Amino acid sequence: MKITIREEELILAKERAVYFIHRELLAISDFHIGKAAHFRKAGLPVPATTAQSDLQRLSSLLTQYQPKTLLINGDMFHSDHNQEIDDFGKWKENFPSIDLVLVKGNHDKQDEKLYQELGIQLHDPSYCTDKFCFIHEAFKCKEKNLYPISGHIHPGIAIYNNAKQRLKFPCFYFGEAYGILPAFSTFTGLSLIKAKSNEQVFAITPNKVIKV
Amino acid sequence: MKKSAGYKRIITWLKANQKKPFEFQLEAWEHYLNGYSGLVNAPTGFGKTFSLFLAVVIEGLNQSKKQKGLQLIWITPLRSLAKDIARAMREVLTELDLDWQVGVRNGDTSATEKLQQKKAMPEVLLITPESLHLLLAQKGSSLLFKNLKCIVADEWHELLGSKRGVMVELAISRIKGIQRANGLLHLRVWGISATIGNIDEALRVIEPDPTVKKIIIRANLKKKIEIKSILPDEIEALPWAGHLGLKLAHKLLPIIEKSKTTLIFINTRGQAEIWYQHLLNIEPELAGRIAIHHGSIDYELRNWIEDSLHNGLLKAVIATSSLDLGVDFKPVDTVIQIGSPKGVARFLQRAGRSGHSPGETSKIYFMPTHALELVEAAAIKEAAKTENIESREPFVMIFDTLVQYLVTLAVGDGFDDQIIYEEVKNTHAFELILPEEWIWLMQFITSGGNSLTAYNEFKKVEKDETDGLWKVKSRQIAMRHRLHIGTIVSDAMLKVKFISGGYIGMIEEYFISKLKAGDSFTLAGRILEFIQIKEMTVMVRRSKQKKAISPSWLGGRLPLSSNLGAVLRKKYNEVLHKNHQEEELDIVHPLFLVQQERSHVPQSDELLIEMINNKEGFHLFAYPFEGRLVHEILAALVAYRLSKLLPITFSIAMNDYGFELLSDTEIPMDDAIAYEVFSPKNLAEDITLSINSTEMARRKFRDIACISGLVFQGYPGKYVSNKHLQSSAGLFFDVFNDFDQHNLLLRQAYEEVFYQQLEEPRLAAALQRIQQSNIVITYPKRFTPLSFPIKVDSLRANMSSEELEQRIERMKKEVFK
Repeated sequence: MKITIREEELILAKERAVYFIHRELLAISDFHIGKAAHFRKAGLPVPATTAQSDLQRLSSLLTQYQPKTLLINGDMFHSDHNQEIDDFGKWKENFPSIDLVLVKGNHDKQDEKLYQELGIQLHDPSYCTDKFCFIHEAFKCKEKNLYPISGHIHPGIAIYNNAKQRLKFPCFYFGEAYGILPAFSTFTGLSLIKAKSNEQVFAITPNKVIKV
Repeated sequence: MKKSAGYKRIITWLKANQKKPFEFQLEAWEHYLNGYSGLVNAPTGFGKTFSLFLAVVIEGLNQSKKQKGLQLIWITPLRSLAKDIARAMREVLTELDLDWQVGVRNGDTSATEKLQQKKAMPEVLLITPESLHLLLAQKGSSLLFKNLKCIVADEWHELLGSKRGVMVELAISRIKGIQRANGLLHLRVWGISATIGNIDEALRVIEPDPTVKKIIIRANLKKKIEIKSILPDEIEALPWAGHLGLKLAHKLLPIIEKSKTTLIFINTRGQAEIWYQHLLNIEPELAGRIAIHHGSIDYELRNWIEDSLHNGLLKAVIATSSLDLGVDFKPVDTVIQIGSPKGVARFLQRAGRSGHSPGETSKIYFMPTHALELVEAAAIKEAAKTENIESREPFVMIFDTLVQYLVTLAVGDGFDDQIIYEEVKNTHAFELILPEEWIWLMQFITSGGNSLTAYNEFKKVEKDETDGLWKVKSRQIAMRHRLHIGTIVSDAMLKVKFISGGYIGMIEEYFISKLKAGDSFTLAGRILEFIQIKEMTVMVRRSKQKKAISPSWLGGRLPLSSNLGAVLRKKYNEVLHKNHQEEELDIVHPLFLVQQERSHVPQSDELLIEMINNKEGFHLFAYPFEGRLVHEILAALVAYRLSKLLPITFSIAMNDYGFELLSDTEIPMDDAIAYEVFSPKNLAEDITLSINSTEMARRKFRDIACISGLVFQGYPGKYVSNKHLQSSAGLFFDVFNDFDQHNLLLRQAYEEVFYQQLEEPRLAAALQRIQQSNIVITYPKRFTPLSFPIKVDSLRANMSSEELEQRIERMKKEVFK
């Protein structure tokens, strides 16, 4: 779905990413690489296929949009170093020409060296362009003239009707003051948000993105 | 036996107290001493404890030298039971001058006491199923059971129909295994049970070994019970649904006044708090003379209440099921049940809490909270008279509990998978386990899952190469596991404490998260002002407000039992025809006239369907009177079959009488469709499809994920850092559905819906009955006395055959119009 924010055209992809057409920049948030493996190490059996499917989804996004830059808006790695981080390193070799930008989130506590090895440009606390300020948590943004785009909360939206039915989806949120991206990782929960009439919310269903 | 020294000592001692043993006690002692295992079936108040405890004591007295170490394990389902039984046992031992210690071990036992027990185990140990498993999770635990003579499961009927019963089965299988490995063959296993429909099966579950000598000992003692309904002066005084019956509260006061001590049973903790406040409001003189008792009240406070009950200091206690079971409060002479008890056995058990001594009559009052419960009252009276008592179906193939048990053993001394497989296969719960299922379970705890799915870096249970046993090596995993042993799943609980010191009880995190500082709520009958949450404790002070909100604890709701459902259908027939003697039915008569006028009163050979159309949407109500659980499946089935006719979305609600399908588009319905959607044809297939398309399995999975250790729920009041490990059962359900369909825990979720809830024979029978009966479809203009209670029910599920995107589009229009 194509939308316009601050006079700039963006594509909201059902794969939980947003593509900034003119900048050739693809942005995702809350990747949480290594979360499943972290669980496994603690004795909680989460199949590794969850992480593999996340990477596959990202591959197909990169093939489709051919961006110059991939921006990860915080929480790229979930916790301590593990196998899934190495898997990501190997996966990245498929896309040697892409610029990888990471905006530091509360989970990103790896060694500086690791980011260098993986060729990741680390930005703390934000990555700013002429119009937007990419930052993990929106309220921390100090740039008054820029529109903050954040992540962190793993936003979800619930829709109700009179007949007491309810549906729940991950979503994109664009309010007056800031925007929130959905969590890219599927092994995450949702925190439900409420939207006022002047705010835009886009629900992500298995087949497409829908404005609600 | 009669010549033995021990027996003579007991008889002399009884004589000195002017007592003599009951026939069934003698029978139990005799059989125990002859090496039998078995089941004692006796009503409370007739010395069932002594029928087994004294048997073990006689054996002890018969030995020339003192028996050291643990002799008797006494499993009780409730913590409050243990304390009282221990007190009674200690008294006996002192009077008999037998140098045995009696210890209690459960969630309330202090760390110091547990440490002391570890150094020197008492001869008699009273324990909950959870604490017994915790004992097995200790290093060196296998040495504790060397001299054990007997395991008794008290209130076995209560444990039987739950996953806790499976915990007992597994623990017994392990203790037997340890003894066998040491060449010991003297262990006897006994259960004590109130009357249930399947008492023979109850024995087979607790002692499944066919080579063991077994007997059921029945105390043929009849308990006299007097049941009286508290009736409103006119039917209009009772709401149709959704109320607590407070309007009739004044009718309780004279009953409380003329009784010595009254126990008032209420079904939920939240309602108990409201009733307590309300009784004080209408009769301030009761202040200080009534108390409130439920599972979320602090241990010390509960203790004080129980002691005061013993001493007759209290005029009345408002309680939930926390006081259900056989503790003997002598001063209690009256019991009041508020709202439907949902089953005959439970009602009789509660009645038995009054007039506890042999020969006395139990007196119970039933107070309906809404009009239709009056019919239930009449049904219960009849079922009690005809002793139409429910069965408790034992759980089988409960993989979550087995996963937990295996990790428990790995945390303790470790286990040999071949030996444990044999032990597990010999329990009743897992007698049908297949070798490949066992292999999957071992993979699940050692490598995360089967080898087809990648579970690399998984660490939980590992093989110790030095002794070849499976063990948990990580201290963190071990600690986390110990903290969550058990099968009772609750929301995260926080302790509540006065800022000036002193604990009051426990409250769900979900409830407290909605409060702001300065808000007031009630707990343990006190009005408290919320200050802050500090270190996982809710800090409060006494509030000056007169009224406050009561917390709701999200406990499970009891379904109506099938026995009661059948009697209830019959009673509906009798109301309009006035061919009965029951005063309850006379009172409810005007309500049935309203039902008849607006719609129709279903006869026992009829199925009533009401189609009501209002601004909420299109409602279909149907009334099979089969109980909440069967209705849930039936509603899903009917919704599924209707949704095959056209794309449509339903939300589903049900109660014990019937169910509702609600849609925002018109529901097709006529005689032909009705017979079609209630047809027993293609039943198994359609049910599978309808279960898959609702959230029933997902809901079951919530408990399974907690019990099997996928989701760590924390331990009431104990703070454990689980950094970066937060997740939810729903997330695991999705992940397994997407990536690991062969997961046995996932399968268990579907099977729990199928076997425990569905009662397929019952459903098939119901559908057969409906095919043969007359389906009556009415189109009332307004809600009817039957439909209204379902409509206000808040628990709902969804079922849809529409495209997701279409649904959203339509729902969006509604939201923003």
